[in-house]
Amino acid sequence: MRQRSLVILTSVLTTGALTLTACGSRDDSGDKGGDSGDSTTLTIGVDAPLSGENSTTGLGIQYGAQIAVDDANKNKLVPGVTFKLKALDDKAQPATGQSNATALTGDDTVVGAVGPLNSGVAQTMQQVFASADMVQISPSNTAPELTQGKNWQTTKERPYKTYFRTATTDELQGSFAADYAYNGLKKKKAFVVDDKQTYGAGLARIFNAKFKELGGQVVATDHVNTGDKDFGSLVTKIKNSGADLLYYGGQYDESSLITKQLKDAGVKIPLFGGDGMFASTYIETAGKASEGDLVTSVGVPADTLPAAKQFIATYKSKGYKGDYGAYGAYSYDAATAIINAVKAVKDANGGKLPTDSKELRSKVVDAVQNSNFDGISGKVSFDQYGDTTNKQLTVYQVTKGEWKSVKTGTAD
Amino acid sequence: MNTLPQQLANGLLLGSMYGLIAIGYTMVYGIVQLINFAHGEIFMTGAFGALTVYFYVLPDGTTMWAAVPLMLIGGAIVAILVAVGAERFAYRPLRQAPRLAPLITAIGLSLALQEVVRNFYPGADKARAFPSLDTTHDIGSVTIKDADIFLILAAVVCMASLAVFVRRSRTGRAMQATAQDPDTAQLMGIDTNRIIVIAFAIGGFFAAVAAVAYGLKYGNVDYRMGFLMGLKAFTAAVLGGIGNIYGAMLGGIVLGIAETLASAYIDEIPGMQQLGGQSWANVWAFCLLILVLLFRPQGLLGERVADRA
Repeated sequence: MRQRSLVILTSVLTTGALTLTACGSRDDSGDKGGDSGDSTTLTIGVDAPLSGENSTTGLGIQYGAQIAVDDANKNKLVPGVTFKLKALDDKAQPATGQSNATALTGDDTVVGAVGPLNSGVAQTMQQVFASADMVQISPSNTAPELTQGKNWQTTKERPYKTYFRTATTDELQGSFAADYAYNGLKKKKAFVVDDKQTYGAGLARIFNAKFKELGGQVVATDHVNTGDKDFGSLVTKIKNSGADLLYYGGQYDESSLITKQLKDAGVKIPLFGGDGMFASTYIETAGKASEGDLVTSVGVPADTLPAAKQFIATYKSKGYKGDYGAYGAYSYDAATAIINAVKAVKDANGGKLPTDSKELRSKVVDAVQNSNFDGISGKVSFDQYGDTTNKQLTVYQVTKGEWKSVKTGTAD
Repeated sequence: MNTLPQQLANGLLLGSMYGLIAIGYTMVYGIVQLINFAHGEIFMTGAFGALTVYFYVLPDGTTMWAAVPLMLIGGAIVAILVAVGAERFAYRPLRQAPRLAPLITAIGLSLALQEVVRNFYPGADKARAFPSLDTTHDIGSVTIKDADIFLILAAVVCMASLAVFVRRSRTGRAMQATAQDPDTAQLMGIDTNRIIVIAFAIGGFFAAVAAVAYGLKYGNVDYRMGFLMGLKAFTAAVLGGIGNIYGAMLGGIVLGIAETLASAYIDEIPGMQQLGGQSWANVWAFCLLILVLLFRPQGLLGERVADRA
């Protein structure tokens, strides 16, 4: 009796699995059907965290690219070519990002990809895109080594020619923060803490060096582990050090707890961080303790860009989820750069797209390198490392429970 | 400024919280020799139980004096239900199974509880704000806040009541008997299943007290908070001598103080600068554990029961 039910169960499961697989493959062939005929359909891939941690910002990237694709189709930017979006969720996990990259390069209709959000995820994706000779443009990665190689401080060398970004690097961000802390806030003694991750440690190191160079004093440094909750010991050290500013390199998960415990202990000095902390969650978690804390973030706030007005109106009217504020406009420009590159390739090829998808991808990479157009975040063009030439940064401060921009500037 | 008193206070507070959670590990281990790895998640559900009372049951603007006891009750009800439910439906069917089966069940249960809270509790996919008691008091060179006073008082009261309960009450003596030898205890007329349920319930209650203290102190709770706290509390239980309730409290306090002092002072020793600071606190805590276990494998206080010491 028991065995028979097992047999029935197995066969039901197998049938179910087969049915599902069949559905999947039918969908795939449907996609490719779009290739034939007068109008060609090309896909732009998106990879970002669309669920879980960081998903608020991740969804902003997805819908930023979606609006770019819709605009291109509506305005017939590339005649005879219809674009569509394929968004994959990397859950902010490097391994998932890598398998998403493989999935995107494996789909012949994909000409290029926008994303990811996290620098750590980008590290695993670069190689995959480079092997497939497919362009990847991140709207938000800030780690310098992604474009300038591991030894970027001494000898800059571009590791992958397929990787570009529309965001500026931590190198500029850390220096910009140090400059604002010393000259803007008139702080002279900083305590520097980081979370030992690629992003946080890099940012803290750059801040540390620049702050000293300007004439400030770094009274002490410390490191925390991601996931730590109790910072009592660290707070006592900061209190005793006489610092008038705490600089933190890392994400909001830890810094929101640090700022709360710091202020509860009666240390009323601001915490200054990077764009990893630039989220409403930071204020929600730390509550009143976050008042006066600061961050730097790449780019200019989207709602201050005149060219982005239409973009924001569309985003709101469509009722898209997520937050376009930080990277939405950069994502729009990244997708537009790929679309413009397709147009350039088509024009150079006598008005026809190369039939071989490999040839098309390779030519799109070269065309993106030569991008030069006015995007909604400013001029879009890339230097020899794949970094954007538009180097704007903004300092935000918590004012009455909200992030308010206090200074926008261009890094040198 | 001499920071030592403040750092000792920091360590004592952290350690008291470890100790409260460690009681749950040690009681269950003492009676059924099971390491209940889901205990960290029982602590977490206690926090969410208290949060539910505050946000969804009590009217807005309730003073904290009235809210805290009700949050404790709410948290305790949830944590005890989860702990007893886990015993009844996950561990009891495996009572006679090989040791590894309940251990794997415990790990599975811990993941399941985390995911249930993450998916079904409103807003629990990120940290949720918890009402905190932030008024500070300066005692000499030590600054503590109301939540810290609550934590210390709760730890002392709970620990003292538990000691009296285990030593003096009939049920407490029945627990000691079951811990010594479950089969003989049963032959003597003790309902061992009931004793086991009580052990889980007490563990759940202590975890809920720790959870409320955690929320009041740190001002937010999230679905992952049980993992690290559970791991540390388990370490504290082993350090103090697993199976011994006084050992759990002592182990917690020793661990908390060791962590705090290590992160505060190791980097001031010449030549040790690289090995100090907050990020090395766990390393030093576990070094201490290894050292203690090398010289006293039974833990600081050891098990009181003769045949397992």
